[in-house]
Amino acid sequence: MERFTTLTGIAAPMPLVNIDTDMIIPKQFLKTIKRSGLGANLFDEMRYFESGHENPEFVLNQEKYRDCQILVTGENFGCGSSREHAPWALMDFGIRCIISASFADIFYNNCFKNGILPLTFSQEIVANLMQDAEKGANARMTIDLETQSVTTSDGERFLFDIDRFRKYCLLNGLDDIGLTLEKIAFIDTFERQSRMERPWV
Amino acid sequence: MPPKTLYDKIWNAHVAHEAVDGTCLLYIDRHLVHEVTSPQAFEGLRIAGRSIRSPDKTIAVPDHNVPTTEGREDPQNMTEDSAIQVAALDKNAREFGIHYYPVTDIRQGIVHIVGPEQGWTLPGMTVVCGDSHTATHGAFGSLAHGIGTSEVEHVLATQTLIQKKSKNMKVEITGKLAPGVTAKDITLSVIQRTGTAGGTGHVIEYCGEAIRDLSMEGRMTVCNMAIEGGARAGLIAPDQKTFAYIKGRPHAPKGAQWEAALAWWKTLYSDEDAIWDKVITMSADDIAPVVTWGTSPEDVLPITDVVPSPHDFEGGKVGAVERSLEYMGLSPGTKLSDIKIDTIFIGSCTNGRIEDLRAAADILRGKKIQSGLRAIVVPGSGLVREQAEHEGLAEIFRQAGFEWRLAGCSMCLAMNPDQLRPGERCAATSNRNFEGRQGRGGRTHLMSPAMAAAAAITGRLTDVREMI
Ligand code: SF4
Repeated sequence: MERFTTLTGIAAPMPLVNIDTDMIIPKQFLKTIKRSGLGANLFDEMRYFESGHENPEFVLNQEKYRDCQILVTGENFGCGSSREHAPWALMDFGIRCIISASFADIFYNNCFKNGILPLTFSQEIVANLMQDAEKGANARMTIDLETQSVTTSDGERFLFDIDRFRKYCLLNGLDDIGLTLEKIAFIDTFERQSRMERPWV
Repeated sequence: MPPKTLYDKIWNAHVAHEAVDGTCLLYIDRHLVHEVTSPQAFEGLRIAGRSIRSPDKTIAVPDHNVPTTEGREDPQNMTEDSAIQVAALDKNAREFGIHYYPVTDIRQGIVHIVGPEQGWTLPGMTVVCGDSHTATHGAFGSLAHGIGTSEVEHVLATQTLIQKKSKNMKVEITGKLAPGVTAKDITLSVIQRTGTAGGTGHVIEYCGEAIRDLSMEGRMTVCNMAIEGGARAGLIAPDQKTFAYIKGRPHAPKGAQWEAALAWWKTLYSDEDAIWDKVITMSADDIAPVVTWGTSPEDVLPITDVVPSPHDFEGGKVGAVERSLEYMGLSPGTKLSDIKIDTIFIGSCTNGRIEDLRAAADILRGKKIQSGLRAIVVPGSGLVREQAEHEGLAEIFRQAGFEWRLAGCSMCLAMNPDQLRPGERCAATSNRNFEGRQGRGGRTHLMSPAMAAAAAITGRLTDVREMI
């Protein structure tokens, strides 16, 4: 997994609430057996007309946001399905951080497994960051995971909370499976015991 | 001992390791796998040279992509990319030696219907699947939730998940449901009340008389949509109905093991004085047959109501409602029962079980659907289909003008050829009305099987109570 330490980049505003995983990556793109290449179809139905042409109104099609690495979004971002294709598509497009007042559980989890940092702030702070994102390409936001802070283009700084274990994994780009396999003895013991207690499982 | 919730009890029985910060390795009893979210996980194992820790606890079935028309076992009848995914599952299942139900097997069907049907899902278990509607299995009092593909790989390799405990939420439905009101109306009404993020970070336990009175099928419908309310999982404490449903299923325990299992299962309930982080109480009297009018599962209203206006809402929802009414082609003030439909879809892991087909067939018996409508029934599994044929339900559907399909997800998410065309409007028994969910530009109204059957007869959204 790619490490996440600091990031300075363009933030794009997406104030819509309840942006679901079908919007992030529609199902016709789930028929892949790979993780890569999904960025081209990120937000497909909002981003392109049926003819395949870009919808110039869509935020990521605007010149100033084409290279954005941060999304500031309405609440409950990523609701819907468990498809990890959603973070794969975001990552492939170049998004490394998403800021919202709330995220759907599974999507939130999936982000961490793919080196994307989802940040939760109060509605008020999200509104503030949304304004900053609306300034376009010259306004860059800085995210520092070590100090747990976001700094706007005006130099305003907001601190965020994050689970310690998740922070550690992101900072070091650690693979969960490798970490768990270090604890294999505990799993062996659990399995032996539960085979006695619940032999029908 | 301090009082515990059902969730606490199942959780405690599965912690294989707990770190100082509360991060746990949760042991997984059943891992269900389908073709869409698993190929990258198996590939990951191969690349790392890892094997599956417990192939005997892993069950695979293709459901999302597969056509539900005859001749589907021939890859020629699938799009190339679908065929590749189904073939990849076939290869992975055989190579890694896991339990597997290919499309040619009568037991094939939607993964969340097959699990309980085969007795894989049992009370007190932890059940996961790379699919958000894994919550369905919570109807048995098992802790069941969806996971992403990286976690699928993690469970395959370690039979555990890295987890932190969620909060406890109780949803109590008191009293008795009126005729024509079903499990689907309960679950949609709860989401209307809590919103799609109301359950975020929580595991919901559903309880109360109206829940107790539901059949196992109905309970599965309720838990299925816990995820639509944002919850990690939905739970219902097991009782005699649960045990009766399980007994004799192919993978249910037998003999002395059955007795031992039963003794433990009977301890699986929330203690009287358990502490909840959030409690919601609703009366069954306040629940009517409902439909969705927008593009979020929280956009729910009784069928007797009218399409709302964006001004009825606050904050970010105002813009979302404007957008969704435009997408749905609806104007505020229109009576919901005046909305004309083009398509009816009965099926999915929410409402593709035998009881759902019976409920729809009861309304359709001896009747015809409006001419010009496209109507399909997709049983949730090959066994549901077989039973429905045996009970004469298939005949009722056919006579009414429905297509009688083979098992799969089908038009619930339209990854197979069953899709809505732009602007087409569908009465659907599935669980998501998101933009494009049933096909680009397609418009979905969620409802119960009986309501969908009523809509098929009149050609518009209809109050099923007028027909019973
Ligand atoms: S029926 Fe629909 S919701 Fe259920 S597993 Fe299939 S696609 Fe998902």
